Amino acid sequence: MRSRPKLDLRAKTHLSYFAYACHRFSGLLLACFIPLHFLMLSQSLRGASGFERYLGLTDFWVFKFGEWALVILLAIHLVGGIRLIMIEFGPWRGLRKAWTQVAILFGIACGLLFLYLAN
Amino acid sequence: MSQAVLQAKLWYAQRISAMVLGLCVSIHLIIIFYAIRGGLSAEEILGRTQGNIAFAIFYEIFVLACFVHAPIGLANILEETFCKGFISKALSWILAALIIVLGTTAVIGVFTGGAL
Repeated sequence: MRSRPKLDLRAKTHLSYFAYACHRFSGLLLACFIPLHFLMLSQSLRGASGFERYLGLTDFWVFKFGEWALVILLAIHLVGGIRLIMIEFGPWRGLRKAWTQVAILFGIACGLLFLYLAN
Repeated sequence: MSQAVLQAKLWYAQRISAMVLGLCVSIHLIIIFYAIRGGLSAEEILGRTQGNIAFAIFYEIFVLACFVHAPIGLANILEETFCKGFISKALSWILAALIIVLGTTAVIGVFTGGAL
């Protein structure tokens, strides 16, 4: 017997499926990024000058784009996670669709704020 | 331990770590927005973190919560979407090891500034 039901198109076009997919996609990318982020920060063991040399890598446009995308993914994963915890631990009030919209809007807001502050 | 009990414990560990991470990520996002103004430099980062025990404790708690949360999430995604069994377990353990080793090294690095 399958442990998970097979989802049809109707289920996959539901807003909650979109929230589920966003949460998993952002979580997977963040899991790939975190070790690299820690590897970069651990270069501070080389002192300020050694650390600066490695930080210089982040001047490449591809890293800058990556940082920007990851801040958006982090914001989406944060609000999506709060939604999940409220569904699972809070009083039952449906699938909290408004939180899915808040996650997307918060992600966009964080992305724009990042662009504004990072010049 | 039966598979069902293990899954229940993993689910609970992931949700408890998620609650800790919710707080840590909110604070970290504020720090990111504060730190990126005018670009990042090593001196600026170390100036904030070097010798600052509150920063070190906060980020080590952040690392520990990631160490619990991310590998369980990765295992769930791999098992439900791609592959069951050895590969998903191995990749999750590798991610857990990378997070705890590199994360703690990073916290020690920014706390000491290389002056060990």
